[in-house]
Formats: sequence, C-alpha cells, structure tokens
Amino acid sequence: MITNKPNSEAVSRFATQLQEAPAEVEGRSLWQDARRRFMHNKAAMISLITLSVIILLCLFGSQLGDFTYDDIDWNAMQIAPDTASGHFFGTDSLGRDLFVRTLVGGQISLMVGVLGALVAIVIGTLYGAMAGFIGGRTDSFMMRTLEILNSFPFMFFVILLVTFFGRNIMLIFIAIGAVSWLDMARIVRGQTLSLKSKEFIEAAHVCGVSTWAIITRHIVPNVLGIVVVYATLLVPSMILFESFLSYLGLGVQEPMTSWGALLNEGSKTMEVAPWQLLFPAGFLVTTLFCFNFVGDGLRDALDPKDR
Amino acid sequence: MSTQPILQVRDLKVHFDIKTSSLWPWAPSLALKAVDGVSLDLYPGETLGVVGESGCGKSTFARALIGLVKSRAGSIKWQGQELLELDHHGWREIRKDIQMIFQDPLASLNPRMTIGDIIAEPLRTFYPRLNKQEVTDKVKTMMMKVGLLPNVINRYPHEFSGGQCQRIGIARALILEPKLVICDEPVSALDVSIQAQVVNLLKSLQKEMGLSLIFIAHDLSVVKHISDRVMVMYLGNQVELGQGKALYADPKHPYTKALMSAVPIPDPDIERNKTIQLLEGDLPSPINPPSGCVFRTRCPIAVASCAEQRPTLQGEPRHAVACPRVA
Repeated sequence: MITNKPNSEAVSRFATQLQEAPAEVEGRSLWQDARRRFMHNKAAMISLITLSVIILLCLFGSQLGDFTYDDIDWNAMQIAPDTASGHFFGTDSLGRDLFVRTLVGGQISLMVGVLGALVAIVIGTLYGAMAGFIGGRTDSFMMRTLEILNSFPFMFFVILLVTFFGRNIMLIFIAIGAVSWLDMARIVRGQTLSLKSKEFIEAAHVCGVSTWAIITRHIVPNVLGIVVVYATLLVPSMILFESFLSYLGLGVQEPMTSWGALLNEGSKTMEVAPWQLLFPAGFLVTTLFCFNFVGDGLRDALDPKDR
Repeated sequence: MSTQPILQVRDLKVHFDIKTSSLWPWAPSLALKAVDGVSLDLYPGETLGVVGESGCGKSTFARALIGLVKSRAGSIKWQGQELLELDHHGWREIRKDIQMIFQDPLASLNPRMTIGDIIAEPLRTFYPRLNKQEVTDKVKTMMMKVGLLPNVINRYPHEFSGGQCQRIGIARALILEPKLVICDEPVSALDVSIQAQVVNLLKSLQKEMGLSLIFIAHDLSVVKHISDRVMVMYLGNQVELGQGKALYADPKHPYTKALMSAVPIPDPDIERNKTIQLLEGDLPSPINPPSGCVFRTRCPIAVASCAEQRPTLQGEPRHAVACPRVA
C-alpha cells in the first residue's frame, strides 16, 4: 500500500462523517443550473429587467398621467412632448394624451403576445406530445388535422371574421390563438419522437406507468426547455402580428388602441408630429428586442451544449 | 431444481415487419426475424445468462419477455399464466413481478426527476394509497440495500456516476419486490471495477430477496461469474443451453466453441500460445436467414444435410445443444 497511515485515517474519518451525515443533501436540478447560467448572461438579464419595467409601466403607468386614454384635451391638439402641460409624450391629432395611450396600447399588445404564447404552450405541447407519443394512426390523423389548419389562409380568415362579427379585439385573440400553437405542436411532436425511444420511457412502461402519466410526468418536463424558448420568441412575433393587423385597420376598435394602431396613426403625421410615431415605435422595438434577447438567453441557459 | 419453473417460454418468435420499397401493395412484406423460436424454463432463484454477439436478438428476447415488443408467435407462461394473451390491465399486474434493469444507466433515468422520485415511481403507480412518509421510508431502505447513501435522495441523476446510476436503476427495479428481474446488459456501459461491484450487488440482492435473474451480456466472463445456467444465441436462435460450469468447461456447439476461444485469458503466456478459432464470413442477414441450421454458412463442420432441417435443442437438460452433429 502506498497510502500512509494518517491519510487512510483521514479517509476513514471522512467516510464515517458521510455515513453519519443526517442532513439530506439538496440536489441541484437542471432548472436550477439553467437559472444560474441565465443570471450570468448580461444581455438577457438587462433585457429581462427592461421588460419587467415596460410591463409594469403598461399595467400601472397609465395612472401616473392626468388623463385617460380617450380624454380629449381641447386646449392641446397635436402638441409636442412637454412636461408643463402634463402631456409627457405629447398628444395626437385629436388631443388625446400619447403617454397614456402608448401604455394602454402596450397592455393590448402584450396581452395578445402573452395570450398567443400561452395558448401555444398549453395546446401545442399537449397536442404535440400526444401525437408523437401515441404514434401510428392517431399521430397521422392529428398531424393531418394540423396541416389542414395550417394551410388555411390566415389573413383571409381574419378578414372573414372581422366582416362577419365586426371589429373586436376578442376576434384577434381567437385568430391568433387558433394559429399560434400549430408550429409549437410540430416542434413538440418532433422532440417527443426522439424522447420516446429513450430508455427512461421504456423504464416507465416497465414500471406500469399509464400513458397519460408518462406524457405529463416524463415527456412534457423534458420538452419544456425548448417550449419555453420557443414561447419567448413567439411573444414578439405575436405582438408584431397584432401590430400588422391593427396597421391594416383590422385590429382594435377606436378609441381603444394598441402599439400597431398607434404606429398607423403616427405614420400619417410623421412629417409634422414625429413624436406620435417615435414613442410607440420605441416601446415596440425595445419590447421586441428584449423578448428576443431573453429567448436567446434562455436557449443558451437550457441547452448549454448547443452553443 | 425440482420445483416448478416460474417462467416457461416455448418457441417464442419476434419478427419485425420491414417496409418494402415495392410499389405493389400485394408484394410480400419482409420480416426481420430478431428472435426465431426460443424455448426455455426458468426456475425460482435461478440466474440465466444469455450471451451472443451483437444483433443476435438477446435484447429483443428480453424486451419480448417483458412486453416491450410484440411477439409474433409462441408462448410465454408466467407461473402458469399466458402472458401473450394479456391485455393492458393484465400486464399491469404482471409488472409487479417482472422488472427490468437497462443498459445505459444514465439514459434510463429521467433527468428532470430527483432520484427519490425515480425510485418511488413504481410504488406510486401500484400503491397510490401509501402516504409520503411511507414512500420515503421504503425508498431510503431500498437505497441502503443497493449501497446508496439515503441523504442523497433529493439529488438528480446527472449528479451521479455511472455505477451509482445503475444502482439507482436496480433500486427502482427491486422496490416492488419482483420475482424476476431482466437485466439487459446492465454492466456493459460501466468500467471493469464498477462492473464487479454491480454484479456482486446483484448477486447478494438475489440471495437476499430470492430473485430469479435473466442476465444478458456480451461479456462472457461476467456471465460465467453470475449465472447458474447459460443460453447461447446466434441470429435469433438458441444454439446451446446448459449449466454454466458444464457449458464453459465443455462447449459443444461449434459457435459456442468459437465464442469461448475468443475470451481473453488473464495469463500472458497462455494467451500468447492460444489459437483463436476464427469464424469464416459475416453474420447472415436476419431478414433472410440460411435454411435449416442458421449457423451452417459459417460452421466448420457443416454438411449438406444441415441445410434441410432446423436443429432443435437436444441432449440432457443439464447441457443441451442445437446441433445433430455434436449432440
């Protein structure tokens, strides 16, 4: 033996310590690891903080102004930003306070984005996981249904809804909800197919775990990383989409507004009143950037091998 | 061995359909014959080793026994009950008695669950009435049994080494106190010193709990160490089945002989002068296996009549061989 006596004594003491250690060792889950990595990503953290500030502003900031989003200030039509009058971002051509309108518009835009992503997460994940896991004819049927939905011309669908039911923000929610989960379901199905042949799924089969429990307990937690990343990147595309619809005049109904509707109005008076375009655009662009950076950060944090 | 066998397998066949590229729907479909007629009896408390080269159907055989793949024909009787006719619910009851240990220790554990949850999963599935404390107690006792410190119960699989992960897998398989555990190459992903630990652990647990084991491996010396009886497989067929000592001392089938001669001997002098009996040619395709004896294309003692009839296991139950030329 090469080891000398004090060494082996120390080892045996350590061993008894290990044996006697009464406290349970807390493990560090992959989620905790990912959070630590995310915290070290500066761009993502700054984006996350900025995003929180924007969201809080949108939710509660409108109380800071002296006006509501549909108040018309007859003394201040289309005035430039100035603090003395209380119109921090100026007013639009009807004399409505742009600061409050931008924040209220932000509520709608963010709600559309988050709701679209939420629908995508819940329906898309379960649908995709079920199709991929059950497989066979069920899979074919579910995926063909999805393709039919996907091949439906979306703009046509929205215009049809709007002409039948009138302009209503609920319609936008329904329309976006109906399409946002399709890609997500495909992604999750692909992931599920690769997970399905893993040994821990077989082990769960052998342990007698039911199909539903395998999907919810084993498949879904393992695809959640990708789902979260994709959902974060889906939010900005949903916001953009709503802006696009509002810009075309298919979105929210006046006097309610959204960032897209504000951009539409602002672009008309761009030459004389640039602030009407710049403030909503600034908020929109910052939000989109932040969501994308957070999404990137999440991807790096959850999948360190893929860098 | 006078007791009744707990598991009786008769002429088990597992075929996988292969999609043909033919345009005609009535074109004959091809089948890959992964397991083609295996019969055996397994007695309580016994260890059966299954050996053979890669792709000979060892793992498929194990998966068929536990119902992970569908069998085409034959019969599997578990304590007199026919398993192949069971529906989903029937299988669920059987799962309490037959468990499995997998090849890749880390891949067989869900990376998002703590090992406490992993080991407890069979308990939660079969005994949902147990409260949290009872489950935790049982899990901790099981962890002690397989040589894991119970204070790591909240850790995640990626925080363990391969050998520890395999112990977790063993704990999960044994927590329901099954009667038969199928080990699908449980040690081939581990390094040699850990292999010995895991094999000895399995042996001692077997003695303690009265388990039967079906131990699949391609490492012949590991199989020799743990098995009471050994079955040698080649291309989905069993070529020799006998008691470990008899089979290792006196391999009869030409394939077993070649297999045994390839085992390295831990003595450089003998090893240097040893002649390895090399087999000619390649493993035939299991889609279109040779007629008669599947081994005849590579067999040094094959004669014309070998192509005609498929040999079955012959000889005494202690040591049977599927070759009419040597039996």
